[in-house]
Amino acid sequence: MNKKTLERWSPWVLLVITLVVWEGLCRAFNVSEFVFPSPSRIWQQFMEFKEVIAGHAWRTFWVTMAGFGIAIVVGVLLGFVIGSSRIAYAAVYPLMTAFNALPKAAFVPILVVWFGIGIGPAILTAFLISFFPIMVNIATGLATLEPELEDVLRVLGAKRWDVLVKVGLPRSMPYFYGSLKVAITLAFVGTTVSEMTAANEGIGYLLISAGSAMQMGLAFAGLLVVGAMAMVMYELFSYIEKHTTAWAHRGSQGE
Amino acid sequence: MSEAFVDFQNVWLAYNEELLAQNHFAVEDINLQVKQGEFIAIVGPSGCGKSTFMKLTTGLKMPSKGQILVDGQPVTGPLKISGMAFQAPSLLPWRTTLDNVLLPLEIVEPYRSSFKQKKDEYVARARKLLQTVGLGGYEDKFPWQLSGGMQQRASICRALIHEPKMLLLDEPFGALDAFTREELWCTLRDLWTEQRFNVILVTHDLRESVFLADTVYVMSKSPGRFVVKREIDLPRPRDLEVTYTPEFTAIVHELRGHIGAMRKDGAAINQ
Repeated sequence: MNKKTLERWSPWVLLVITLVVWEGLCRAFNVSEFVFPSPSRIWQQFMEFKEVIAGHAWRTFWVTMAGFGIAIVVGVLLGFVIGSSRIAYAAVYPLMTAFNALPKAAFVPILVVWFGIGIGPAILTAFLISFFPIMVNIATGLATLEPELEDVLRVLGAKRWDVLVKVGLPRSMPYFYGSLKVAITLAFVGTTVSEMTAANEGIGYLLISAGSAMQMGLAFAGLLVVGAMAMVMYELFSYIEKHTTAWAHRGSQGE
Repeated sequence: MSEAFVDFQNVWLAYNEELLAQNHFAVEDINLQVKQGEFIAIVGPSGCGKSTFMKLTTGLKMPSKGQILVDGQPVTGPLKISGMAFQAPSLLPWRTTLDNVLLPLEIVEPYRSSFKQKKDEYVARARKLLQTVGLGGYEDKFPWQLSGGMQQRASICRALIHEPKMLLLDEPFGALDAFTREELWCTLRDLWTEQRFNVILVTHDLRESVFLADTVYVMSKSPGRFVVKREIDLPRPRDLEVTYTPEFTAIVHELRGHIGAMRKDGAAINQ
């Protein structure tokens, strides 16, 4: 096997090794499934409850996507504003940093008061947790413009808007796609956390109810599904990133 | 032509109000008359305000005192009749070489409003220009697929595509190796010979300034002043061979002497 194929298969190999060791340890020490279920037990429960899990997973998926969609719109707009104006940057950035430091799970009870139990808090938690990286990356992309290039354009009578559209936005695209990859995984975290306390449906709810019924296999199966969904979406955005901003991923630019 | 194309009359510039109040100027008392189509070079130690001088000429900065006239008109804002190129080619990596060269036409009037209708004409013009600097066949390559010298050629094309009356170059060949640099001197010489725009070349390479320019100005450091004006009377067209003649070397030596003397004075003041 050459180095490249090894590299490509390495995550799968690691996964298989982990599963084998996990299974082995559970069997060797006869660990109770109420404490730590073995992979085979999780798989068994997964197959047994697959329709239930699928229903909850679908709910979590579209709620996450809704929150993520709002995050993209708000993140891009805010990023555009603070990246294109120094005063807006100075005014907004410290507040945003402070806001980002707050644990988003702490918002869930407040959101429940405002929107009740259900999709409202879940969508908003997903949004709150994932818009920040998008905003920061758009702003960074816009703000890092070479002064020489700006001179070249300004002397031609370019308005701030021209510079933003012709140079700033295309330049921030790789940052944007990079941030989507981070944001989508965060959005799943937000949805799941919110569903754990403020929903009657979704993977978060499933985790709580499976836990309280001591169905540890089912709870782990739920975790598995969230992880898998986040990973698929991550790979999707990674693919889009590579194919739309190829220029940012090749050789040096000689700058 | 008696009328000067670029005319600096007692120009002083401080970067901000505070420095102005302290009488601390980046450039001082600049008087300069450049004829239509003249090629001038400005040499001096780094940090002497050469780049500031360029910003003044293009209207990107306004003088604190004095007046600048270009083509008989006082400079009040960015001068669209100028093109600029810098040491870093700063091409946009997501655009092909051709699209990079077309960028100014998407911005500057009168090309901007007719860009969509006359695109074919402009593309043809850009291709021709790229051809003349030896980039034929590379139009559809991306900047990161070109060598440093090629990127710099493209950058100069971008500065010239809107047929400016004035080309401002800020150490454009500073980052290139000696052979590529000499090739680009010739490219620039040929472009200038053909189109006769005004050139203001800022450089710290004395051979470059003597080879290319009609007049070389030597600038001193803090305060940035013009201390020497040297007309280069070497006959044109100049070939690279001329750089090995005793006349050429004598001029370079003379300029070197001025800069050396200035550095010594500077050191004396510092003590």
